[in-house]
Amino acid sequence: MITHRRAKWLMSGPPLLFLLVFFAAPSLIMIFTSFRFPGEFGGLAPISIPTGENNGNYGLTIETYQFFFSDIIYLEIFLKSFAIATLTTLLCIIMAYPLALLIARSEKKFRNLMIMLVVLPFASNFLIRIYAWMIILGPESAFSQLINSILAIFGVAPVTLLFSSFAVLIGMVYVHLPFMILPLYTNLEKHDPILLDAAQDLGANGWQRFWYVTWPQSLPGILSGSALVFIPVLGMFAIPDILGGTDDIMIGNLIKDQFLGTRDWPFGSTLSIMLTLTVLCIAGLFSWFARYQTRFL
Amino acid sequence: MRSHRTALWIASILVYAFLYIPLIIVVVFSFNDSKLNAEWVGFTFDWYKALFNNHEMLLAARNSLIIALSASSLATLLGTMAGLAIHRYKLKVLSILAFTPVAMPEILLGVSLLLFFLQVLNMTLGMLSIIIAHTTFCIGFVAIIVRARLQGMDESIFEAARDLGATPWQTFHQITLPLIRPAIVAGALMSFTLSIDDFVITFFTKGVGEPILPIQIYTMIKVAVTPEVNAISTLLMLLTLTLILIATRFDAHALHGKSK
Repeated sequence: MITHRRAKWLMSGPPLLFLLVFFAAPSLIMIFTSFRFPGEFGGLAPISIPTGENNGNYGLTIETYQFFFSDIIYLEIFLKSFAIATLTTLLCIIMAYPLALLIARSEKKFRNLMIMLVVLPFASNFLIRIYAWMIILGPESAFSQLINSILAIFGVAPVTLLFSSFAVLIGMVYVHLPFMILPLYTNLEKHDPILLDAAQDLGANGWQRFWYVTWPQSLPGILSGSALVFIPVLGMFAIPDILGGTDDIMIGNLIKDQFLGTRDWPFGSTLSIMLTLTVLCIAGLFSWFARYQTRFL
Repeated sequence: MRSHRTALWIASILVYAFLYIPLIIVVVFSFNDSKLNAEWVGFTFDWYKALFNNHEMLLAARNSLIIALSASSLATLLGTMAGLAIHRYKLKVLSILAFTPVAMPEILLGVSLLLFFLQVLNMTLGMLSIIIAHTTFCIGFVAIIVRARLQGMDESIFEAARDLGATPWQTFHQITLPLIRPAIVAGALMSFTLSIDDFVITFFTKGVGEPILPIQIYTMIKVAVTPEVNAISTLLMLLTLTLILIATRFDAHALHGKSK
């Protein structure tokens, strides 16, 4: 029994200690920082010992939170990030579904290869995948010229594709698509083909078979894929930073600016905590949906 | 029935094209004899030559390699322990601590570690801070892979070992370790790729002294795009491709019981 307990702590002690120090503690520090005053030259103002002189002030405040809610622009940026995350998730579902379905219904020996082909581009560097779209959407690219000559036929003035919300959306979909394809495929692969046969015997046509048999069964896969796409998109800063224009600011860009631009750490921490709370709400919502579904299917 | 199948094929081919065409363009333009990434002019190796004469870039590649090797070794060790502990002892705290960094937006970990390093540890940011940061988020990935492998295993093997009088260490060394070895290798390769690829967390925990590969690429993309970026991109793709091939080979061997 003694050796069992020792084995337990030998095994769990080191990772537990490491994560307590480098994950739990920094998270707590961030919460604490959000209640402090910014320093005069960036960073933080010192914590003061409460004395008679400074009216028992600890140097802590909820000012940053008041500031967050007082200016509508921050709420707007949160809403815009929400909109981009929602659109990205929807586009990923639309693009991932046919491919996942095809792979799931292919012969077993081809499935691994087809999945491998989905994962492979995803293994190349994240920045390179964004950069590739800078080339494609650039003003001199063949793609831009094609789009603009098509627009010209309809008498529409030429558009710049790069540095726009459109470019941000494409970049988001491109980077996160595999996160939708994989869970969806894992789900679709488990479907029992007998159900489809039964539906056919009962006279359902192709569309009905999809809508009443395949689609409802695939909802858990869509749900886990959506969580894997929505949450990272919500906190993304690199894609709007590289592909977006000056207006395409998301929560992540706001946070980045507080830490590396204006150096207002308390407000940056407040924004990070707001993002954390949002992510927690969404994760909770997704798991609630997941449970709700299993109860009714 | 047939027409459905055809529609599915067409849609799927379009999605594959969407996934591959951008990367193919990057590779093709890395051999293009033009400063602009717009049209094909002629074949050249100039961008690769420029890359190998770019001292800063070579230094960045070396630094990133050191970071990725250190972080993935540390994360593999700690992550394997975490995976085993979570599976065997059902430690709720440990699973929350290990899996949350994987699930949350990267920027949050980057920012909180930045605050922690500067405020609490009073540390100069540099290679060490990046290694720690990468290890923190890689532990979760390794733990997930190791735990998944353990979950698919028959517990009676371990009971049998105990019944035959094996000490916990013997059970671990002779039964558990060989069985989870493919998961450990997969976890190590995954954390290596994650580390060398990571931009967001590196961006927040980097110092000013040493150039790091993703940061270097970011600066090139933001400030002055030259086809040198295409060349480094192509080389990095080659590297990850090789790693994946090694991983799949290893996996296939492990599955067929050929490895020893």
